[in-house]
Amino acid sequence: MASNNSIKKTLIVAFSLCVVCSVVVSSAAVVLKPKQLENQALDRKSNILQVTELYQPGDDVDEKYDQLITPRVVNLETGEYSDDLDPATYDQFDAANDPATSRTLSGDNDIAGIGRQENFSTVYLVGDPENPDQVVMPIRGQGLWGLMEGFLSVRGDGNTIVGLSYYDQSETPGLGGEVENPRWKAQWDGKKIYEEGEYRDPQIELVKGGADTEYEVDALSGATLTSRGVTNMLRFWLGEQGYAPYLARFHDASQGGA
Amino acid sequence: MATDSVKDVVLSPVFKNNPIALQVLGICSALAVTNQMSVSLVMGLAVIAVTAFSNLFVSLIRSHIPSSIRIIVQMTIIASLVIVVDQVLRAFAYEMSKQLSVFVGLIITNCIVMGRAEAYAMQNGPVMSFLDGVGNGLGYAVILLVVGFVRELLGSGSVFGLTVLPTVQNGGWYVPNGLMLLPPSAFFVIGLFIWVLRWFNPDQVEKTEYRIVSNSKAKIKETANV
Repeated sequence: MASNNSIKKTLIVAFSLCVVCSVVVSSAAVVLKPKQLENQALDRKSNILQVTELYQPGDDVDEKYDQLITPRVVNLETGEYSDDLDPATYDQFDAANDPATSRTLSGDNDIAGIGRQENFSTVYLVGDPENPDQVVMPIRGQGLWGLMEGFLSVRGDGNTIVGLSYYDQSETPGLGGEVENPRWKAQWDGKKIYEEGEYRDPQIELVKGGADTEYEVDALSGATLTSRGVTNMLRFWLGEQGYAPYLARFHDASQGGA
Repeated sequence: MATDSVKDVVLSPVFKNNPIALQVLGICSALAVTNQMSVSLVMGLAVIAVTAFSNLFVSLIRSHIPSSIRIIVQMTIIASLVIVVDQVLRAFAYEMSKQLSVFVGLIITNCIVMGRAEAYAMQNGPVMSFLDGVGNGLGYAVILLVVGFVRELLGSGSVFGLTVLPTVQNGGWYVPNGLMLLPPSAFFVIGLFIWVLRWFNPDQVEKTEYRIVSNSKAKIKETANV
């Protein structure tokens, strides 16, 4: 055993161990990569389908997605579709981190607490791309414990909500985490965002003690800060800095087409 | 040690010499991942795989490991295995790996894995070491499942995601215990489990190291000036 402790032997063992381990780790990563990317894409697709409420458990996600959904990239400032960016490759989360394709938000501009906002966002048209039944928009913002990411689906009039669902959140289980409860989510169907024909100031909010109007949704009990986070992120993303210009155009286009 | 029977090596860590209940190792991850049974199960399987294979590989090269760098060698093997397990989970159990998130990576720091490599695999042959790893992994998994069962049942009213006690949020009658969904509750459950285990195996109870003597009366001098 004494020879084991010689410098030469130590170096040989250390070096060969490193080589073997790195080969094992990197081959595992490379071999499994396609499968992992497939999973991520599938996960995203099923999240989008779920918020449209057209997805039944057991449906083939890929097939249904291809049949129903057309992604488009939208210029958030003007609200127009952009044909320069390919929705299949454009990643708005990367874009939000790149100073060239995003802008800094601060203070009153940043009620959702996201820090940076991308200039272009991907939206998902549901049904006939010329005259869509719904549009699904990604939203995100700070909850109580961290960033909450989700999708909001709106009907063809650009004003009536179909559903809101979060695919990534770290709120307190049983309290804020109830944003994932189907019973709570069911309330969103049919709620209105803006006052008739306005498309500037979103009126939708979470209220305590029972929702009365079509702009109100029951807050989560015991989760004041999460509820506030949800209201703020909706106000931000549906406001003038978010999808309001787009939804106004979306509304006009779908009315014109009808 | 050469006389260890297969049965002993695999089964004794489950109840008699449980790594969590008796040696109190690997508690941290047991707190974090046990709010649902399905997550506990996957975490248990991941730990079984890592302890078993790290024991196997450490044991295979044990006579070549220079003692000056043996901890680093063990850690490298364990870390590589954990990354492989993490990658496999992401590829084949994506939903699960999202819920386990960082805790799979943190198996590296689980004292059970390192403890077994150092205490058993360095002295024993590859087959027995592998089985020892399986046994200790099982011991960990059993505790995780017990804690997961209690926490999921009382915290969400379900077992493996199937509703047993319909909760108030979903229109039932059961008011879930919110504490059970938070990590600290695992402390209570593990504590109670250890208590039950030692009730059946009194020889697991450690000898008292000291005794608290009854309070001695302080002698206070009554001085007029204070």
